[in-house]
Amino acid sequence: MTHFSTRAVLAAAAVSLVSVVTASPGTAMADPVKVGFVSTLSGPSAALGVHMRDGFMLALKEMGGKLGGQPTEVIVVDDELKPDVAVTKVKALIERDKVDLIAGVVFSNVMMAISRPVLENETFIVSGNSGPSPLAGKACSPFFFAASYQNDQNHEVMGKYAQDKGYRRVVLMTPNYQAGKDAMAGFKRHFKGEVVEEIFTPLGQLDFSAELAKISAANPDAVFTFMPGGMGVNLVKQYAQAGLSGKIPFLSAFTVDETTLPATQDAALGLMSGAQWAPSIDTPQNKAFVAAFEKEYGVVPSLYAAQGYDAASLIDGALKATGGKTADKAAFGKALAAAPFTSVRGGFTFNTNGFPIQDFYVVKAVKRPDGKYATQVEAKVFEKAQDAYVENCPLK
Amino acid sequence: MSPLAPAPAVPRPRAGIGQTAALMALLAAALALAYGLGSSYGAGLVTRTAILALAAVSLSFLIGQAGLVSFGHAAPLGIGAYAVLIAGEYDMTNILAVLPLAFGAAALFALATGAIALRTRGVYFIMITLAFAQMVFYVAASLSAFGGDDGMAIAARSTFFGARILKPDLHLALLAIALLAAAALGLEHLAASRYGLMLRAGRENETKLEALGLDPYRHRLIAISVAGGIAGVAGALLANQVEYVSPSTMNWHLSGELIVMVVLGGSRRLGGAVIGAMVVVLLDEALGRFTEHWKLGLGLVILGAVLFRGAEVRALLGKFSHG
Amino acid sequence: MTTALIVSQVLNGLQLGVILFLVAAGLTLVFGVMDFINLAHGVQYMLGAYLVAVSVAFTGHFGLGLVLGLLAALALGFVMEILVFRHLTRRDHLEQVLGTFGVILIVTEAVRMIFGSAPIAFPVPATLAGSVTLFPGLNYPVWRLVILGVGIAVAGLLWFLVNRTRIGMLVRAGSTHRETVSALGVDIDRLFLFVFAFGAMLAGLAGAMAGPLVSVEPTMGDRILIIAFVVIVVGGAGSIKGAFVAALLIGMVDTLGRAFVPDLLKSLVGRSAAATAGPALSSMLIYLLMAAILSVRPSGLFGGRTA
Repeated sequence: MTHFSTRAVLAAAAVSLVSVVTASPGTAMADPVKVGFVSTLSGPSAALGVHMRDGFMLALKEMGGKLGGQPTEVIVVDDELKPDVAVTKVKALIERDKVDLIAGVVFSNVMMAISRPVLENETFIVSGNSGPSPLAGKACSPFFFAASYQNDQNHEVMGKYAQDKGYRRVVLMTPNYQAGKDAMAGFKRHFKGEVVEEIFTPLGQLDFSAELAKISAANPDAVFTFMPGGMGVNLVKQYAQAGLSGKIPFLSAFTVDETTLPATQDAALGLMSGAQWAPSIDTPQNKAFVAAFEKEYGVVPSLYAAQGYDAASLIDGALKATGGKTADKAAFGKALAAAPFTSVRGGFTFNTNGFPIQDFYVVKAVKRPDGKYATQVEAKVFEKAQDAYVENCPLK
Repeated sequence: MSPLAPAPAVPRPRAGIGQTAALMALLAAALALAYGLGSSYGAGLVTRTAILALAAVSLSFLIGQAGLVSFGHAAPLGIGAYAVLIAGEYDMTNILAVLPLAFGAAALFALATGAIALRTRGVYFIMITLAFAQMVFYVAASLSAFGGDDGMAIAARSTFFGARILKPDLHLALLAIALLAAAALGLEHLAASRYGLMLRAGRENETKLEALGLDPYRHRLIAISVAGGIAGVAGALLANQVEYVSPSTMNWHLSGELIVMVVLGGSRRLGGAVIGAMVVVLLDEALGRFTEHWKLGLGLVILGAVLFRGAEVRALLGKFSHG
Repeated sequence: MTTALIVSQVLNGLQLGVILFLVAAGLTLVFGVMDFINLAHGVQYMLGAYLVAVSVAFTGHFGLGLVLGLLAALALGFVMEILVFRHLTRRDHLEQVLGTFGVILIVTEAVRMIFGSAPIAFPVPATLAGSVTLFPGLNYPVWRLVILGVGIAVAGLLWFLVNRTRIGMLVRAGSTHRETVSALGVDIDRLFLFVFAFGAMLAGLAGAMAGPLVSVEPTMGDRILIIAFVVIVVGGAGSIKGAFVAALLIGMVDTLGRAFVPDLLKSLVGRSAAATAGPALSSMLIYLLMAAILSVRPSGLFGGRTA
């Protein structure tokens, strides 16, 4: 095995250990606003995190690198979709980099892991995607704001849609983890028909042939599924190949979106999803955002990108309201709660628990005239909807 | 035992005790420096290094002394972490109960799986240990009472008869370094003993050992259990530091990373694993700051270290160390 | 449970099995000839999918793109062997594991830098994209039938190469009596070069076969690698026959486990317990199988040599 001289290695280790321990990020000059941006940037689900980060960075760029008129430093960290890694890195953001707030976070397991240390430290979190139910209900916090949605809501949209469409027998399929179970619960909140079967698959499953054969045999009126990231690509491709696309309506949330459409392409055409945003939403802000995003990154933005963009706009608006100061936490919290920005999705206000009150749509995957794939609003399902957990939140 | 006297071509590890002591002193000094500068982050980094080093040292004992390359060492580590989580849910947080529990549970797992795994050799051993680790991973992911795939925050850091002694990060760091020192020195001692000699002899020439009427299977089983137990203690410390436990602790990537630490630092000496842990933690840290594509850098360093561990580099480093 | 369901699940199992075989064949050959543990084999599977996807998009013709992509995978196999792998062949297993782990990190990250993290499109001709009716009540995807056909054809070809040609004889001999083969004047390093590149192409073919089914993204090789190792260890490292039997066995156990274990559990322990235990148990099944087989046959089903 290796035979490096012990002394040499010891010396090298000592030098580097000392350098890291002492490396304090250059003592602040003009006290810029510091944002710790946590996102999933590696592994099979990295596409979501990349979209969210790109949306945030696009907004920042458009504002000349400043939030609330203040010079801003954004420190992006990769949570690797591992809760313990995320906690370690977020503690570093707070203790080493002394960030003013944490933004981003794609996945709820990461959010649940980091929220306790961050919120206990009275540091603000502006979620760019994850909106887990505990943080909307019993464990809500005056330091937590979601620029996205509460996790259940996009599933509720599909449940309501299935109910309205008159589907009677539905098969549900999600990965076997908390978000999957929440998705099923959310769907069933407004769906009153029969759930023929609930299929749980291992997280990260590649081949859905066994499950698709079961679905085909059960022949339900519709399938509802929640398969984020690469799993969704696998499922959609295999669903089309199995010849089920035309036969059994495919309802989903976070499965068919602009992060996966470039890979699934025609296989996803016509599939329905629940969402609070789509590139087709017709407001001036949204048109400008979609055009700018496509110009900057060459791809159609997804809802993750839109939420990242909104998160930056929200922080910008709040900082403007406080004159760029975050030290007075009560004042900054109040500024955030007023949602002083124009969301690309249109109407957006915060409820008492820091989650949005907003409209929800059923969106459909289409091929645009320019050959790119995108989702487009099919119908509005909920107007100014609030989440199901706000009653349990003690904040008033 | 005289037939064994012409020891196999492995240096007697007693020489490593000085190195180990120096490494502990280095960690303690880094901790002191971090506190002196008020960098709680630096202190956290030292703690993490010490914890991973503890797991790596136990793996190094398996690889370097017994010649058993386990590709599933993250499993006992994760079991130790889950011991803290589960005990905490039942209001058991006393460190005098939790650490032995973590050690015991992990050692028991290692004993039970080792009894089967030791029937195999070489690549088969590597893969069967991985298989057992994957099983534990899926079991943990299905424990919905303890967070399932998402994992769960621990109730509180371990206590000492109700006193929250681990609440300050400094105490946790000192505990981690102390346990690392105890484990490293204990294992050095074991390696230098007749037992260690037999382990190494079994690695070099199994038939000879059996011909002498010795039972390498039993010795290896003990080594696997002890190493597993120590990894469990490391897992318990990790759970205390992060205050969150999830199945991703048992991911095979971590098993791989532990092997990287052992091999990078050199598996002949236990201190090598400590150095390896330092290098990996620091590389993660340093590269992660520069680029989103830090894994490319890490890969280049690892591959480079393996490819160019030839004479030239050694000579170069030798020059460096001799001034 | 209908016949159609059972037949389609069996076909699914076989089809997963032949994909695993394509990946495992190269891995086990490389291990057999040189006693070499190549963790980077999963990366070659991923590269195959990317290379074929890119060449199909470039040429606009599926067949042509497939051939070009596979040739590129072969060429890349030669390059990687010359740059990295030949320098690791005489090292111990531990260093091979470490070195090839480094290769995984480098290649995965490089692909991510070039193509991004998002999965890319893998075009398939329309005739192969749909499904056919095998018998009334059973529609089966055409592409999965193509995979089955290709897998069985490659297995036959390999059998022929290994058992009926000179180079195959050397490979067989090399895996059991390496010193003797070298002593007879055969350049074992050259043999390894060809076997390695060929194995890389097989992995690439597996990636291309899987491309239309799964998301083509930089980490797609990670999971398949572990399962491929399970296959070669269960089959007996170095044995092509073992790899074939084990691949089909594991493909079947995994698919049928996922298809029927949750229902079985439901009738045994009730709905709610089954909902949590079912997926865990079915993902664990192949590892349970492996542990069981190795505890009875420590060198796998067809492994003669204690590797």
